[in-house]
Amino acid sequence: MRSHTLIKETTGDRIMMAVIYTVLTVVLIAVAYPLIYIVSSSFSSSSAVMSGRVWLFPVEPTLYGYKAVFQYPQIWSGYLNSIIYTGLASVISVTLTVMMAYPISHTTFVGRKILVWALLFAMLFSGGLIPFYLVVRSLHMLDTIWAMVLPGALSVFSVIVAKTFFQTTIPGDLYEAAQLDGCSDGRFLVSVVVPLSKPVLAVLFLWAAVGQWNSYFNALIFLNGEEKYPLQLVLREILVLNSVTTTSMSLSAEQLKQFEDMKNLLKYSVIVIASLPILMLYPFIQKYFVKGVMVGSIKA
Amino acid sequence: MTIRMTAYWKKYILRHWQLYLIVAVPVAFLITFNYVPLVGIQLAFKEFNPIQGIWGSPWVGGKQFTMFFESPFFWPVIKNTLLLSVYSLLVSTPAAILLALALNEVKNQRFKKVVQMFTYAPYFISTVVLVGMINIILSPTIGIYGQLTELLGVADSIDILGDPKAFSSLYVWSGVWQETGYGAIIYLAALSGVNPELYEAAKIDGASRVQKMVHIDLPTIRPTIIILLIMSIGGLLSVGFEKVFLLQNMLNLSTSEVISTYVYKIGLVHMNYSFAVAVGLFNSIIGFILIFSANLLARRFSESSLF
Repeated sequence: MRSHTLIKETTGDRIMMAVIYTVLTVVLIAVAYPLIYIVSSSFSSSSAVMSGRVWLFPVEPTLYGYKAVFQYPQIWSGYLNSIIYTGLASVISVTLTVMMAYPISHTTFVGRKILVWALLFAMLFSGGLIPFYLVVRSLHMLDTIWAMVLPGALSVFSVIVAKTFFQTTIPGDLYEAAQLDGCSDGRFLVSVVVPLSKPVLAVLFLWAAVGQWNSYFNALIFLNGEEKYPLQLVLREILVLNSVTTTSMSLSAEQLKQFEDMKNLLKYSVIVIASLPILMLYPFIQKYFVKGVMVGSIKA
Repeated sequence: MTIRMTAYWKKYILRHWQLYLIVAVPVAFLITFNYVPLVGIQLAFKEFNPIQGIWGSPWVGGKQFTMFFESPFFWPVIKNTLLLSVYSLLVSTPAAILLALALNEVKNQRFKKVVQMFTYAPYFISTVVLVGMINIILSPTIGIYGQLTELLGVADSIDILGDPKAFSSLYVWSGVWQETGYGAIIYLAALSGVNPELYEAAKIDGASRVQKMVHIDLPTIRPTIIILLIMSIGGLLSVGFEKVFLLQNMLNLSTSEVISTYVYKIGLVHMNYSFAVAVGLFNSIIGFILIFSANLLARRFSESSLF
């Protein structure tokens, strides 16, 4: 068994493996710890969090922080708005992406070159913020739901991913056979291409949904009315601007202390609540995002 | 020839009119939100007057650009933007590559899965939540950072959140925390395509793990690295608005004001449209030149390029 001893790991290799496992464990802890700390704090009492007694597990466990979330109506209206914007934006975005990507996935499509160049140019060069803002304003979309779901609906990167997918997985013979049988292009798209493309559609849908759920920029520049704010803008007020408002005008010392406690814990629990939808989608995200990144990495 | 081509086109379009109907909808979006705004670029050479509108406002030539170049904000803003993007590029690309190389060596599938699951996760946290977490954790009074410095007996710990010198590191390393796991995916995907026979051959030739990484793994992911680098070089002057804006405060403004936040303030807060369009246009043109030059260089010195 000479060859066996030859292939046996050397000491140097074993040290290298030990280093790799150690480094990865440190990375794992460094990434996971802040997340665990926030979740544990959200279940701890305000005084334990403020005096720095929370290190790993919840201290003096309580659901007070989550009660505070329920007492804060802006969070719920933000949540509802975000759900509506996210649902609508993802459906529109996936539909537009498929409608753009499918025709240009045919190599014979007349006008294909122009469209691909038009997409690439749009990706590389833009008029900038102000011209974009002025267009949305002149369409009378300011302060409406449409400003949230339409301007960013067409993503060039998604189109490239979908186009690559169609080209590599929909057999050309199938299209020709369908053509001979008198199947129209529209019908072929709806009843053959879309059902065959479920994995890539899932990727596009998740991309659009996560992007919309997490973004705040368009809301910041296009919305004025607080009642239309998506969750991320409400979070910005609580977490970044540090402004938590109370409805009752006069507070006793006791109530004031309670309000301060609530305000502190709210920051932790609201982070957990806001990330919950993504957390629930995480198994799918992990599965499909990775696939999507790989499809995207095949050069367009 | 041309007549035959036109005849073929006509026939194709007539036969596949449904495809054109389908593509018309997204094309309308593309025109409206990507091409119509280009009309607004003329504002960079005009003095915008809301009553006269985009077309009616008077031409002023290069006045807005001269104003920007001579403004006391010009160099600080450019410097801050470049510093953040170059620093971030230099740290985050190697970090993602190293994580991918390390994960690629791990034979224990369960450990690998756990590390991947946790390192991807921060990518899906929103910028607002990320900055909220930074504010909580690094707060000198309530956060872990404050507790730690107190435990270690540091009398007056610096306020990282308000220190102009700490801003770039705060920006870059929070980005490393959030994006390294996700950034590694693409390199891992490339590494999974390595022919196992190569490893076998290297093993028989007595190559060490490090040698295998350097001579097999790195050359495999080189095209991916080059393409991602080209894309990042094109974006050197467009540091994202979302995170910088949220991390900004009165104390660190001297290092945290970048082009995108500057344009936002000039244009949408102070309503000085023409000046903001000029600054934005300057940004777009430099970005366009950068990405083309990077692509040209990549094409000359290696076989991979973006287009």
